[in-house]
Amino acid sequence: MTATAERPTTTIFRRPSSTKGLWSWITTVDHKRIGIMYGYAAFTFFIIGGMEALLLRIQLSQANGEFLTAGAYNALFTMHGTTMIFLFVMPASSALMNYLLPLLIGARDVAFPRLNALSWWIFFFGGIFLYSTFIFGTSAAPVGVDGIGGIDGNLAPGGGPGSFNFLADSPDGGWFGYQPNAGPLYSPGTAMDYWALGLQIIGLASLVSSVNFLVTVLNLRAKGMRLLRMPVFAWMTTITSFLLLFSLPIIAVALFMVTFDRQFGSLFFAAQAGGDVILWQHLFWLFGHPEVYILILPAMGIVSEILPTFSRKPLFGYSAVVFAGAAIAFLGFGVWAHHMFASGITPVAQAAFGLATMTIAIPTGIKIFNWLGTMWMGRIRLSTPMLFAIGFVAMFTIGGLSGVTHAVVPSDWQQTDTYYIVAHFHYVIFGGAVFGLFGGLYYWFPKLTGRLMNERLGKVHFWLMLLGFNLTFGPMHWLGLQGMVRRTWKYAPETNLEPWNVAVTIGAFIIAFSILIFMINWFTSRRRGEVSGLDPWDARTIEWMSPNPSPEYNFAVPPVVTSLDHFWHLKYDEDAEGRAVRKEDGDEIVATIDHEQLNPASPIHLPNPSYFPFFFALGLPLMFYGVIYHKQLWGKGLIIVGLIIALAAVIGWAIEPLEEPHGDHDEEQDAIPPSPPAAVLPPSEGETESSDD
Amino acid sequence: MVRSRHRLIRLGVLIGAVLVLGACSLIGSEDQPLTTFEPAGPFAEQIDNLFWPVFWIAVAVFILVQGAILVAVFMFRDRDGSKEAKQLHGSPKLEIAWTIVPALILAGIAVPTTAAVFELTECDPDAIEIQVIGHQWWFEYHYPEAEIDTANIMVIPAGQEVCAVMTSDDVLHNFWIPALNGKRYLVPGQTTLLRLQADEPGEYWGHCAEFCGLSHSLMRARVQAVEPAEYEAWLAEQQTAAATPVEGTDGYEGFEVFGAKGCIQCHTVRFEDDSASNIIERASFNGPDLTHFASRNVFAGAILPEEGQSRDEALKDWLADPPYIKPGSFMPDLALTEAEIDALIVWLDSME
Repeated sequence: MTATAERPTTTIFRRPSSTKGLWSWITTVDHKRIGIMYGYAAFTFFIIGGMEALLLRIQLSQANGEFLTAGAYNALFTMHGTTMIFLFVMPASSALMNYLLPLLIGARDVAFPRLNALSWWIFFFGGIFLYSTFIFGTSAAPVGVDGIGGIDGNLAPGGGPGSFNFLADSPDGGWFGYQPNAGPLYSPGTAMDYWALGLQIIGLASLVSSVNFLVTVLNLRAKGMRLLRMPVFAWMTTITSFLLLFSLPIIAVALFMVTFDRQFGSLFFAAQAGGDVILWQHLFWLFGHPEVYILILPAMGIVSEILPTFSRKPLFGYSAVVFAGAAIAFLGFGVWAHHMFASGITPVAQAAFGLATMTIAIPTGIKIFNWLGTMWMGRIRLSTPMLFAIGFVAMFTIGGLSGVTHAVVPSDWQQTDTYYIVAHFHYVIFGGAVFGLFGGLYYWFPKLTGRLMNERLGKVHFWLMLLGFNLTFGPMHWLGLQGMVRRTWKYAPETNLEPWNVAVTIGAFIIAFSILIFMINWFTSRRRGEVSGLDPWDARTIEWMSPNPSPEYNFAVPPVVTSLDHFWHLKYDEDAEGRAVRKEDGDEIVATIDHEQLNPASPIHLPNPSYFPFFFALGLPLMFYGVIYHKQLWGKGLIIVGLIIALAAVIGWAIEPLEEPHGDHDEEQDAIPPSPPAAVLPPSEGETESSDD
Repeated sequence: MVRSRHRLIRLGVLIGAVLVLGACSLIGSEDQPLTTFEPAGPFAEQIDNLFWPVFWIAVAVFILVQGAILVAVFMFRDRDGSKEAKQLHGSPKLEIAWTIVPALILAGIAVPTTAAVFELTECDPDAIEIQVIGHQWWFEYHYPEAEIDTANIMVIPAGQEVCAVMTSDDVLHNFWIPALNGKRYLVPGQTTLLRLQADEPGEYWGHCAEFCGLSHSLMRARVQAVEPAEYEAWLAEQQTAAATPVEGTDGYEGFEVFGAKGCIQCHTVRFEDDSASNIIERASFNGPDLTHFASRNVFAGAILPEEGQSRDEALKDWLADPPYIKPGSFMPDLALTEAEIDALIVWLDSME
């Protein structure tokens, strides 16, 4: 308290107070608004990554296709993978985790709200930085043998038949950036620097938020919300955060090594100088395999929320599902070399990593069987969220099974680097994570808007996406086993791979069409959807005890949790047979909760907005642009400018007052319509549920 | 009634779709030279034998899980008059069962897997050694005993094991002949091994499977298995030097273009007359050895000639603008005139 009193309260460091308009979004520290920004950004990147995929599919729809140049093709598959993983699925999970984690555990915000804003802005600028490669990046064919005998090799990027060659000036070493192809000698332009440094920035965002989520879960749970009473999505968020915390430093180191190789002539991955090109793969996959679970575990959490709600039964084997998630995460760190079975690692290593990979099937199976157990004997309502959750279980199972065939190491020698693998991981990441995320969006849409999404359009979206998805990725298994290698710009007509490629391309366009329907549904339902009320799904978990849309403070009265599925038990009893019976005053209870939560008895303290996360994050890409162009004077200048901005932001962050002076804030509050009530400043610092960072 | 009819229609559509897809897969499988399903030697055979049992186990699990989903959705769907669900929280017995049963199945798969890994990794000491060197974007084959170098098509004796000793000159490549074995990386600065064996003479298609830069998709491979006697004859043939073209003969003009246009800086040709030969150091070996160019039925990373094209037609296109056909190719567009190209083709065709 005394420390607070001593802080300067000059005008410069007054905290921002706008609640509307652009500045309110830039300075917000509200986890829900941050979640919304994450969500829209992720979806935008999903559309971009999807367009990239459609261009790739047009190229492959015929043998010896001449739609794209080789350079454009390579750039597009590189950016498609990078975008979908780092700029879509991860931030989309982040969006839901941000929006929901505090609600799920009965908190008013995350532990470090400003840090949360920082994560988002770092991600945002990282994404822009990475994509600015399309404008600023350059890419050139290898210079290794340039100028032999006075003859210049073909140094123009791309070349050959096809159009869109302007896209070739962007990262083209694959999302996996294998060395030495993505190194300074064989990818000499700046494009792969944008890739390496862009991922570095984006990784930092996830690292920061992982710490934030972990502290939130450990410290800010509502009264009675023991760890093993947490909704499974909160659990999976926790486990995902651990994965991020331990795996991101590895890729950070690896990317720095690449950057040093490329910018400063270090020779970590230069085979000619005794460097080790396989080392990159170990580092990359030591991050990259946990990354797979970073993508899928949040979706598993979402599905574990949806299935019980729509089966009107508790999650079958709750603790088994939670521990299986932890086991998957733990084992996920011990299987990275199964991405490298063809790399020539010793047979002992191959066998060991093969066996370790097989063991992952066990906890994964436990989850799938428990989800089936949840549905079994339930009273299943096939609302859109449920369709997506069931779709997740069905499609993810296929991805899991094809995964087991890779664990059979010699089989993997045939399958690796073919479309069979492409099929496999799309069944896991698209059939898994993306179906789960869409289910979550339909399920929690009311929390965002107070309205429901249109069911009819939702179902059309689901069935079209399921059809398009299977038509796209199902035949890829077959294509791979028929010898179609990955990352291939062209295939020969003699290979007879064309018929299935046509089917795949048609499927891809069906997916695109289904996404269009989703977008129409989203934007029309936001304004005109059916009003949801507090409890549209007859839900089980306490995030539904916060009104829809959630007010800024989440809960006027933080719930006191007495059991797993606390909300459900407030509404339902069990009869002698163990069947659920709605309490006689069930509706009254719900109405009371709604009323209580909308009308705080006393003003609620919430963390104040801040300018500084935005400016700190703004400094990073400037510094990183400077690194790419450090040989020029202006590049060095950019590093300094970025550094000054970031340091100034850190200092501002450290000394800005906890709260602004009372007077004008209260006035502004009065000007805002009363419902939903916005945060009101307490007269004195009282019982603060969520502390300022 | 209406609802159940709807459900029947939906089920019908589903089954119909599966049947259509199944039928399509039959049409597709006519002639696919890169397929993994037609092993032509013991190593690919062993992998194939390992794949199918695992595949059928996967199919069984697939049917179990998807069947359970369908049954659950149809049996337990909320209908008018459905009772509320019993609030079951789980069953320790079931948890134990579905932990142990998959573990046992996996253990069953693990045993042959591990055995096969060791069996397939170590070359037989009596195997014929052939070095495979990856280049952007073609495979070089060096026969150390015979001291010959060839490219794009690897000739091996049928019925005998070949140990491919592999490395890369530039980036990572991945050598894959689906009918003969799985794939293995070619790693710059390291050596990897791959066992190959074809039981019958024939031509087997392959592909570089690791992304290796701009023209990765155009880095293909062939293996030609021949009878052992034929193999010995082939080796002897390849060891001979090319006839030195003499002024006035057919190939002489092409030979001159070869020297004057700088082709000679990347391509080795061994002539009978040593002074005409240019044996390029392996370290700066940027193009295939052309001494027996005409003995190979494919060139340019095994992408040419295309189906229905004669070698001369393909050569004509290729020499006119290599980077157009293979983007990023180190073989530059030398702006050769048509006459020069024709002369080169005559000379190249003579080098059997």
